[in-house]
Amino acid sequence: MSPVNAVLRRELRSYFVTPVAYVFLVIFLVLAGILTFYAGDFYERGQADLQPFFTMHPWLYLILVPAITMRMWAEEAKGGTLELLLTLPLTLWQAMLGKFLAAWLFIGLALVLTFPIWITVNYLGSPDNGVILAGYLGSWLMAGSFVAIGACLSALTRSQVVAFILTALVCVLLILVGQPQVQDFFSGTLPRKLINAVAHLSMLRHFEAIARGVLDTRDLVYFLLSMAGWLIAGVLLLDLKRTR
Amino acid sequence: MIETDQLTRRYGNLTAVDALSIRVEPGQVLGLLGPNGAGKSTAMRMIAGFLVPTSGTARVCGHDVGREPLQAKRALGYLPEGAPSYGEMTVREFLQFIVRMRGLGAEAAYRRYDAVVQQLQLEEVLELCIDTLSKGLRRRVGLAQAILHDPPVLMLDEPTDGLDPNQKHAVRQLIDVMARDRTILISTHLLEEVHALCNRVVIIARGRLLADATPAELEARSRYHGAVSFSAPGSGMSQEMLGRLPQVAAIEVDPLDGRITVFPKPGARILEPVETLLREQGLEVSEIQLERGRLDEVFRQITTGGDAAEGHA
Repeated sequence: MSPVNAVLRRELRSYFVTPVAYVFLVIFLVLAGILTFYAGDFYERGQADLQPFFTMHPWLYLILVPAITMRMWAEEAKGGTLELLLTLPLTLWQAMLGKFLAAWLFIGLALVLTFPIWITVNYLGSPDNGVILAGYLGSWLMAGSFVAIGACLSALTRSQVVAFILTALVCVLLILVGQPQVQDFFSGTLPRKLINAVAHLSMLRHFEAIARGVLDTRDLVYFLLSMAGWLIAGVLLLDLKRTR
Repeated sequence: MIETDQLTRRYGNLTAVDALSIRVEPGQVLGLLGPNGAGKSTAMRMIAGFLVPTSGTARVCGHDVGREPLQAKRALGYLPEGAPSYGEMTVREFLQFIVRMRGLGAEAAYRRYDAVVQQLQLEEVLELCIDTLSKGLRRRVGLAQAILHDPPVLMLDEPTDGLDPNQKHAVRQLIDVMARDRTILISTHLLEEVHALCNRVVIIARGRLLADATPAELEARSRYHGAVSFSAPGSGMSQEMLGRLPQVAAIEVDPLDGRITVFPKPGARILEPVETLLREQGLEVSEIQLERGRLDEVFRQITTGGDAAEGHA
């Protein structure tokens, strides 16, 4: 078995041995349900789709993804197991990839477990299941980007709290950057072109495009590139720490 | 084989390891000896590929750690300082994780796993969480992890730290058995361990190599080397007689228990003349001992370094 696989399995197992996995799953599912049905006006809208459900995902991830990723490297650095891991025959890349995939797959599992909501909407009406599938895909891609950010920032520090806060901060910036309110706020001070360019970095914009059922390559590339970028940054950070 | 060439590591202005060049051959057990903070762990971390040297190189079995890290790491079994392991895993899960990471084939892995578990007497704790284990057991789990792939080169950072005398003995026996055809580098600050395990000693302090010798050679540097000590009641007169022997350089009496130590002149053997003299004087000697030399004294002398130059072998 490859080292990536071994790291992935170890990480996943550690989620489920410690209460992390269960706390995450319960909170994610409960919040997803509550926010969809109460805050999202699921019934009042009178439409058979999962728009209110997916709208809540960025905000759920904002709190829950950093909670998953904060320990990824910080804990290993603090507990000394980083030395053990990095003196085993694997590259930094394989270690990073294994850890990233574990967290990403885990969030995928959480998404799969929201299936009762999908059943509900199919029971109540006849939604476009293609759009719903696209919504799930977009949500998972966005989660992957958040996880990559968290993986990178966890490599930065030995403190899990610092990793959590930094990750949440970066994620909230990436969510908000394309919002009209934010754009309006800066429209007086910054050139229009810059604002537009920065707005394209917005997670929300790309996520909402996919969640509407429009699978544009540009949106897919955006998420894949942002994952790759943050993971590369994380590997470089880890490598830098070995020389400092 | 482990080779380091001018291996150097700086943290800001502090030089933790300073141009360290050592070479450990198969069949050798090299004890890296030094006071706390001497740079032992830093040197090992660079050899293991965890830290990147500021300058210089390290090679494991001919593989440059910087250029061929995976080959070097495959050849190496490494027990980091403090024997870190994943606390939330059971011993079995942890060792199986290492098996997977090492990419051992199923067949070989099972045989090796069983053998190692037996060697380190871990059978009874396999299903326990590592977090719940005693310090000694954790150290043994760390050792098991290091030897699981039967590596040709073994590097152990304070392998017996925190073990009770029986466990220390067991670990030393294990290292002894493994030593025959392997290259072993251990770091320690326990001088007894050097006697028990090593056939070569490198002493470092403040990152610099100060001595490279066999334990016997080091002992020979002690002023106690070749000295004769004995306890005899009412030996006041004999002291004077002893002082007149041509081979004797000095005589000291322990103020606590009255034990007499007779130091030889350089190169002289004094056990026989001292014994003869004592017999002639008709002195009742309860016990007489030829000293091999005191490592702790040599260690202190070298590492607190009045003259480091004299330390070079």
